[in-house]
Amino acid sequence: MQTATAAIPSSTSKRELPKETLLQMHSLMLRARLLEERLIRMQKQGDGYFWIGGPGEEAFNIPFGMLVHKGQGPEFDYLHLHYRSNAVALAMGADPVDFMRQMKNTASDPFSRGRNFAGHPSIRKWNLVPVSSPIEVQYAMAPGTAIANKRAGGKGISIVTGGDAGTAEGEFASCMIWSTRPGNELPVLMVVTNNQFGISTPAATQHGEQRISDRGKAFGMRTATIDGQDPEYVYFQLQEVMEYVRRERKPFLLEVMVSRLYGHSSSSGANFVGDEFDCLPAFEKKLEERGYLARKDADDMRAAITQEYLEAAKRVREEAMPPQEDAFTHVFEETNHVAWKKGN
Amino acid sequence: MSTMVQAVRMALHVGEDRLGVTDIFGEDVGAPLGGVFTATQGLKTTWNSPLDERGLIGTAIGLALAGQTPVAEIQFCDYAFNTIDLLKLAGGMAWSSGGDWNCPLVVMTPVGSGIHGSIYHSHSFDAQATRIPGWKVVMPSTPRDAYGLMLSAIVDPNPVMVLIPKALMRVKHAAGEEIPGEPDERTLSKMIDAPIGDRSQWVPQWPATPDLFIPFGKARMVREGEHVTVVCYGRMVRECTAAAEILAPEGISVEVIDLRSLHPYDWPMLTASIRKTGRVLYVNEDTEITNFGEHLIRRTVDELFYELQAPPKLLAGAHLPGIGLADNLEKASVPQRDGIVDALRALARHEP
Ligand SMILES: Cc1ncc(C[n+]2csc(CCOP(=O)(O)OP(=O)(O)O)c2C)c(N)n1
Ligand SMILES: [Mg+2]
Repeated sequence: MQTATAAIPSSTSKRELPKETLLQMHSLMLRARLLEERLIRMQKQGDGYFWIGGPGEEAFNIPFGMLVHKGQGPEFDYLHLHYRSNAVALAMGADPVDFMRQMKNTASDPFSRGRNFAGHPSIRKWNLVPVSSPIEVQYAMAPGTAIANKRAGGKGISIVTGGDAGTAEGEFASCMIWSTRPGNELPVLMVVTNNQFGISTPAATQHGEQRISDRGKAFGMRTATIDGQDPEYVYFQLQEVMEYVRRERKPFLLEVMVSRLYGHSSSSGANFVGDEFDCLPAFEKKLEERGYLARKDADDMRAAITQEYLEAAKRVREEAMPPQEDAFTHVFEETNHVAWKKGN
Repeated sequence: MSTMVQAVRMALHVGEDRLGVTDIFGEDVGAPLGGVFTATQGLKTTWNSPLDERGLIGTAIGLALAGQTPVAEIQFCDYAFNTIDLLKLAGGMAWSSGGDWNCPLVVMTPVGSGIHGSIYHSHSFDAQATRIPGWKVVMPSTPRDAYGLMLSAIVDPNPVMVLIPKALMRVKHAAGEEIPGEPDERTLSKMIDAPIGDRSQWVPQWPATPDLFIPFGKARMVREGEHVTVVCYGRMVRECTAAAEILAPEGISVEVIDLRSLHPYDWPMLTASIRKTGRVLYVNEDTEITNFGEHLIRRTVDELFYELQAPPKLLAGAHLPGIGLADNLEKASVPQRDGIVDALRALARHEP
């Protein structure tokens, strides 16, 4: 089997981030991983019906969340994410307990009031568009928010993410076409997190293109395929790509090679997959080598966060479920929450 | 004295001018054509889109979420079927996020038969549209309703679909149903219809028309009657009204209701009418299996069974893949005036 890092540009960063940033990144990666592991555990113990998430993508998702120009309205970034993106929201400052609430489908689930699966956040105050299950639809929406970004005149861009297999859907092409209309190019950062699988189907059995990112070239888009396993490297790469989109107000197609450490979802067992590259221990090793992190400190952190999440999950278990009549709320809205005027 | 297509155009102008519309877009919607039916001629915020209906709806959703006020046109509803996934997404945006977001956008699209449109320019969309929760769905049958419903669609915080009967695009007002402020036919045409030939220098002159919001969920009483109720919308309103006129000399008095707002719909008006007549015919052009009229019949039976004098009836399109081009084929597959007359007569004469 091809490895996730086969024949793509070197993943080691020549430049270095300050120690504090690296430690913050590590802490977020660890939290994101332990949160997913807690969610998996909750599902297996019957505190939820389904798990899907992004363990194995933290080295991409955490720098991504840290680099978002976060806020509400078209002067800020819009995020059109897919179901492996909890870590992005976590890095932006989301409360980990809220993801447990969504897993347990409690009334207090702020993302969907107990309506949607785990891994489907919605955070309007940060322009995080509701994650939905149909593959690729988010790529059709990104040009719309990007038009608003462009009009607003700030540095906000629209960032859309999805998997490799999903790029076969028409919306992927839609996004490239709508973002590159001559004279109307849009600030869209198209990201594909390539784990080389769609559920059970290896990418190589269905896709003849050499690289997914190559497809952007036909549209005159800048493109890149990068290794998504070293967060420091990803941080610099992503920063550069984002700067390009922010400055030029033009789209970029970025393919990021990632791992899928617990399989597709709970439907495929959600068990740890031994043969995929794990970005977290690799990053910890790097931090140890630089003398930034002691093994024992990392272990202590892990133990403390594990305990914190265990206790949080226990509390969430006691929270109220939505009553039946709640199903009938928010079919139609009476007020326009998304109405936006400069200075709001 | 405007046509429906002019009324839509005037409403969109009011939308751009006073109601914050930011984008009117779709295939061939921008200059110079202004839409294949000219519904978007001379407007300020129009633009031509790629030929990609899923991209169109997706972009409209994105614009809406980012606080813009988009009106997207699907050139013919026949080509909206590949967007259903995205329409569901728009309809579910508020609900799925527990009210975190809402999705204020308008989709307008020409529907129905009656212009010899053959298989792929004659489809209806009301059965599909009303099956997608979270959408408001309207279908005007007069220019004034097209104007007023479009204005309501533009300011609504939810996704709204405006289904425009193609066969009525050029139809004019009945006397007394003008949009306030509109000039006579010739003057209006000079003011807002693009000239033939070079249009690059042309600027429309918009008549001053008011904020005439026609509320959703309110049907229009077209004609009061005593013996039998017919509930219809779009192109079928003219056919049903004509049928009522044909039956009047026979002493059969038909109450004609133009539903015009399909979801939400005016159940109070329907209830009052059916209670009065005890007999109801639902008429629309969409195919008859899993038809919106079937829902209305189900509700009629559920709630008004003991007040009925005859079984409620539906006249709808035949369950066929399309509407054939030849006149006879179209007649065989879409409700016709004669068939409506027969159905109303049979209902009126039915002995319980
Ligand atoms: C339109 C659509 N078709 C099918 C599915 C079922 N499904 C869910 S995930 C998935 C595979 C997606 O693979 P990829 O795009 O590579 O993303 P990954 O899960 O690997 O991150 C499929 C087929 C879906 N959710 N949506
Ligand atoms: Mg994949």
